Amino acid sequence: MKATNRTPKKGFHLTLRARENLYGYAFVMIWIVGFVIFTLVPLVQTFQFSLNKVTVTATGIEMVPVQWANYSRALFTDPTFVSLLIEYAIETLVSVPIVIIFSMIIALFLNLKFKLKGFFRTIFFLPVVITSGPVIQELVAQGTTSVPGIADSTGITVVLAQLPSYLRGPVEYLLTSFILILWFSGVQILIYLSSLQKIDQSIYEAAAIDGASAWESFWKITLPSLSTTTLINAIYTIITLSHFSENKVIKYIYNQTYAVQGGFGYAGAMSYLFFLVLLLLLGITALVLSPRSGKKR
Amino acid sequence: MLKNIDINKIKRFLFGSRSSYGAIFTIVLYLLLIALGFVYLYPLLFMFVTSLKSPTDLLNPMVQWIPTEVYTGNYVKAWRVLSYPNTLVNSILVSVIPSLIQAAVCSVIGYGLARYRFKGKGLIFALIMATFIIPAQNTAIPQMLTFKRLGLLGNVFAIILPALFGQGYRSAIFILIFYQTFMSLPKVLEEAARLDGASDLKVFLLVGLPAAVPAFIVSIIFSTVWYWNESYLTLMFLEGGVQTLPMQLAKFTQAYENLYPSGMVNIFDRLNEAVKLAGTFLNILPLLVMYFVLQKWFVESVEMTGITGE
Repeated sequence: MKATNRTPKKGFHLTLRARENLYGYAFVMIWIVGFVIFTLVPLVQTFQFSLNKVTVTATGIEMVPVQWANYSRALFTDPTFVSLLIEYAIETLVSVPIVIIFSMIIALFLNLKFKLKGFFRTIFFLPVVITSGPVIQELVAQGTTSVPGIADSTGITVVLAQLPSYLRGPVEYLLTSFILILWFSGVQILIYLSSLQKIDQSIYEAAAIDGASAWESFWKITLPSLSTTTLINAIYTIITLSHFSENKVIKYIYNQTYAVQGGFGYAGAMSYLFFLVLLLLLGITALVLSPRSGKKR
Repeated sequence: MLKNIDINKIKRFLFGSRSSYGAIFTIVLYLLLIALGFVYLYPLLFMFVTSLKSPTDLLNPMVQWIPTEVYTGNYVKAWRVLSYPNTLVNSILVSVIPSLIQAAVCSVIGYGLARYRFKGKGLIFALIMATFIIPAQNTAIPQMLTFKRLGLLGNVFAIILPALFGQGYRSAIFILIFYQTFMSLPKVLEEAARLDGASDLKVFLLVGLPAAVPAFIVSIIFSTVWYWNESYLTLMFLEGGVQTLPMQLAKFTQAYENLYPSGMVNIFDRLNEAVKLAGTFLNILPLLVMYFVLQKWFVESVEMTGITGE
């Protein structure tokens, strides 16, 4: 209605288009100001820190340019950082499919018609409400997040010892934190559930008349309809896992921030490297799961 | 003939028909969900049971799921170690105030994005999504230095200020929620109000906001929960000042040693996992209460806000 009005009044009045622009900016202005102050400037400053040796003095901070020394130190000298970063990337790539598959299965269950549906929905969403770093730390420390009765059995220990080291890490992670990984599925279950409910039921009826089994319907109708949702859920999962304060890389960066050997510059460099890996993981996920990439199903 | 019908009935009862799933399927479904639900909640059940165990029960391998007595000593200790009433109030302040502000500000931003066409909107959208991806560590240090200069370190305002400018914790999600809500608001309502001579602000306040009540409730409760559980930024900005429950839980061992020095107390009063888990339970108890009171708003949040409708 507004923008299609092609007879702008000249002179005293603003054109409708200009008026709309103006009011739009008025509503969004607070965000733009906040973005510059609290995100953009700190982002640039962190990058600046990462190119300097930063020392905190009584009057402020002192910076000595060191070019890319902080980055090369993180990548080539620091024995912990790179291994933590690789561990983080592998653990994330292992966790995402588990979260996706688990939340899809639970959503499919909860989409059926049965009594107590609301009750189970409440149970499977519960962890979202209580998942905080210190709480998870305590629960992991008491060994409650492992698969009950499996992780500590002798058989598993023997099998684990046989595995090559690059496999042992992820498998051990899976066994000791399995429930923890599942706990990151709460929001994803809800998102799957709501897009399941949006699928037109008549498609299933038509398929059933053509003789498709429930199994075939799932692969041919349900899964393709959920492909966008899966991408969203995967991205959400990666971001939540990466931002979680119990993330080992984050913890390491935090500890280095105030360490004598580290400091703001080194922490800044590591933050940027971590961010880069996160973007890489998101990119891989988007490539693999993008509905347009013509996955064969 | 009669027999035939009976068999069909039984068959239908067991294997289902067009209108029901059948008994076998239903039982399998319930068993599966109960098993998964148990595994899912196992850490919580374990935590609760262990937190009620007395030191003797802890050492007794025969006592697994049912303590011989309900022992509240762990909670008495954990309560003191967490300095509970104090940290609880702090946690409530640090999570509720920023989330109220965050919801209010995000509603304004979401409204602007949904109801107006202006240049650079796509860019702003992209940047909003970027704020969701950028890790907190990439901005936290300069922010911390700024708050230090302003004398806000250790003060709730260090958490409130970013929220006031739409840069609060996970603000992108809340902006998106309000965007979706205001997008689905019919234009007709707005035009009717305009014909009555309402200004843009008035349209927002009188037409927009009343329609966004579910979005407000969902935003406020999620924001509260996420702020409550957030522990990186609170550690960065509040350490040395306001102590929240998760912050106090993170240094539980140290705080326990200060209250009950291990050399001074008898062996039963040493720190054990029961006390730690009692502390953990006290930490999540307010959230559990909130969850069970408001569960409908939590589990139906996605439908209520239509956030997946892209």
